[in-house]
Amino acid sequence: MAILKVNNLIKKFGNFTALNGVDLEVSQGEIYGFIGPNGAGKTTTLRILLGILKATSGQATIFGMDAWKDTVKIHKRVAYVPGEVNLWPNLTGGEVIDLFVKLRGSNNKRRREELIERFDLDPTKKCRTYSKGNRQKVALIAAFASDADLYILDEPTSGLDPLMERVFQEYVTEAKKEGKSILLSSHILSEVERLCDKVSIIRNGKIIESGSLEELRHLTRTSVVLDTKEPIADLGKVKGVHNIERKNNLLYFHVDSDQMDEVMKYISQFGIIKLEVAPPTLEDLFMRHYKVDGGGH
Amino acid sequence: MFRELYTNTGKLAGFILRKDRIRLPVWIISIVVFTFLIASILPDLYATGADRQIMAETMKNPAITVMLGPGYGLDNYTDGAMMAHFMLLFSAIATGIMGILLTTRHTREDEEEGRIEMIRSLPVGPLSPLAATILNITLANIVISLVVGFSLYSLGLEDMDLGGCLLYGASLGVIGIFFAALTGLFAQLTSNTRATIGYSFGFLILAYIIRGIGDVENETLSLISPLGLILRTQVFVNNYWWPVFLTLGISVIIFGISLYLNSIRDLGAGFIPTRPGKRNASRFLLSPLGLSFRLQRTSIISWTIGMFILGISYGSILGDLEGFLNTSGIIQQMIPEGEGLSLTERFMTMLMTILSILGTIPALMYVLKLSYEEKRNRTEYLLSKAVSRNKVIGSYTLIAILAVPIIQLMSILGLWFAAISTMDDAITFNTFFKAGFVHIPAMWIMVGLAVFLIGYFPEHVSLTWLYLGYAFFVVYLGDMLQLPDWMSNLSPFGHIPQVPIEEVDITKIFILVLISIVLTFSGFIGYSKRDIQG
Ligand SMILES: Nc1ncnc2c1ncn2[C@@H]1O[C@H](COP(=O)(O)OP(=O)(O)OP(=O)(O)O)[C@@H](O)[C@H]1O
Ligand SMILES: [Mg+2]
Repeated sequence: MAILKVNNLIKKFGNFTALNGVDLEVSQGEIYGFIGPNGAGKTTTLRILLGILKATSGQATIFGMDAWKDTVKIHKRVAYVPGEVNLWPNLTGGEVIDLFVKLRGSNNKRRREELIERFDLDPTKKCRTYSKGNRQKVALIAAFASDADLYILDEPTSGLDPLMERVFQEYVTEAKKEGKSILLSSHILSEVERLCDKVSIIRNGKIIESGSLEELRHLTRTSVVLDTKEPIADLGKVKGVHNIERKNNLLYFHVDSDQMDEVMKYISQFGIIKLEVAPPTLEDLFMRHYKVDGGGH
Repeated sequence: MFRELYTNTGKLAGFILRKDRIRLPVWIISIVVFTFLIASILPDLYATGADRQIMAETMKNPAITVMLGPGYGLDNYTDGAMMAHFMLLFSAIATGIMGILLTTRHTREDEEEGRIEMIRSLPVGPLSPLAATILNITLANIVISLVVGFSLYSLGLEDMDLGGCLLYGASLGVIGIFFAALTGLFAQLTSNTRATIGYSFGFLILAYIIRGIGDVENETLSLISPLGLILRTQVFVNNYWWPVFLTLGISVIIFGISLYLNSIRDLGAGFIPTRPGKRNASRFLLSPLGLSFRLQRTSIISWTIGMFILGISYGSILGDLEGFLNTSGIIQQMIPEGEGLSLTERFMTMLMTILSILGTIPALMYVLKLSYEEKRNRTEYLLSKAVSRNKVIGSYTLIAILAVPIIQLMSILGLWFAAISTMDDAITFNTFFKAGFVHIPAMWIMVGLAVFLIGYFPEHVSLTWLYLGYAFFVVYLGDMLQLPDWMSNLSPFGHIPQVPIEEVDITKIFILVLISIVLTFSGFIGYSKRDIQG
């Protein structure tokens, strides 16, 4: 069941087109990764979903309601963490958490205390004295302390240390287990890879790739490390083989995923001593998309 | 070592100048043109010596002294003496405000926004940002001093010699420098922009009040206030330079102290300490209204007390005024006619308008806080929760709207307390109350205008300040400069009946309230339709 649906979303700031036909669909119980280079339009998309910006055209619905018109009803069930957390300097972290939780409409004291402890935050400090990571923790605690059905997270971990990042991932996984949905924009690809069921890549205001990690991998190349008894002749001429390099008598190359079978048949003729096959990482995917057409930005 | 502290101050000053390439010329040109225009029309307004002498008689009035400062050369009221008496204090306040705003912008504001951190990571000395800022503003004030001085001289007025003109210019410039240095000090002591601006303006207002009381009651008191001190130059009458040099010396000392404080504190920190706070929010904070009240609590309390004190200080001259008015005939020319009313009551209406305009400042601050919050990306927290836009803008508007009658009441109480203790034939509380509360619709229109701009033109909200400044100018100097009626009609305060001289026109009041409601609600509509920056 689709919880969040974005259809041909266009957003212009004056003459500048920030979003140029974005489509997204997040189903219940899904963790959805949203990645793309700086200035691609991630934050803009999320802000439209939150009804803070008004789309120039296109639809954005959450729980089947219009993201611009039904903001209050939608927000009762949505938790949001912005990338740049800028809090009121003279309120304490504890006060801000209480305020945020209350404004969403739920209140769970025990969970709040648990989160504060897990994230290791001193809630009696004034926000002006918090580091970037600590400000982010305040927003994360407020988000997870409220009982939301959808979490919209815009680079929520850019300031967290690895320990805290682990805690964050646990809470995200837990939320997913409870059947909640998460839309996660992030530049930390390993995090997206570990957490997300589906990923969309946005560039220059357009979604250029979407699907489960499996599907995306299928679209790309597998990296292979090979050593054979006899030297391989004409590997470069085999269909689907790219980027051949030779280092320490080993051959490194990439294979188009759909040509794997043919390539394996070919190389086995030369007597395989060693063969390592690695699926492409999200980073490979990402790099490939950005490097095409000169990388965009 | 010394050099290292100030590395690249010059380049940084150039950079600051670039950032201010529009702002600074606008300030300088406004101040210069304003001075020049007034100086060129005054001789026509009061063409003959006799005209000026009549004016001088009315100016001997203690209420005028509180407003404009002591009149020098009233026995021989030349163009120069008149110019200095009318304009010096106000122009000096303008350069003071310029000093406060520009200094805050390049010191504490840049620091709070993390920009100083970026700059300090470059090969730039730790004291360079402060030094470069003060250097720039000092240069700007020197430019103002010279251009004002020479342009006045170029008018070739008989009683305005070169020395006097330059002294006039220098008096303006040195106040600009003083307030820049003072703001530089507050930028070290406090740890955020609003507090820096708040303390600096607080000091300016205090300086104005002390001077007002001192000018009437006690000369020494006036010398404590930089604004009082600078009037002692007695420009175009005796041309004393010592107040200029004294103010400059004090500015240098203040600047030195702030450099020292800057050198011993951490980046981003202040000296007014922050205490650990509450673990949990009180129930009162947990709503947009509670939040916006809490964020402005200190400001609300200080302004409420401040307006009371301002009321007392204006009220304290009513006794002196009573004595003066009963012996002076000419004054009637200045003050509106009214049957069966004492002259003090008539004068009180003008006082009330001025207090109302000043009381509009905090009300505007409370509503414009919303746009400050938006610029700092803090409204998106509220709007991403189950909170409607109307509720967010409504909370800030409500505080501003409610603040208006409370602030009015405080200044009325101040006036009344002072009146009953200084006047023989005291004005009744009822009269004060009516005269004060009748201004509320105009104040609400100003608030409504701010809401309207927040809704439709969020980049231009500061126009409200300009408009309020205009309203103030028209009331304060309108009579003396014989400004045409349409100019005062452009301000909402120009449409407020002058109770008790005029009757309260219910229809008019109703229309004014209606305008404020329309402005406010259309602002709400605009706000709920537009993109929020953050
Ligand atoms: N209010 C605005 N006015 C004009 N342009 C804007 C505005 N907000 C965003 N943009 C532009 O829209 C584009 C998309 O910005 P957005 O913030 O959505 O990028 P992003 O994908 O979140 O990038 P990052 O990874 O750096 O956070 C950028 O080019 C940005 O400059
Ligand atoms: Mg972003």
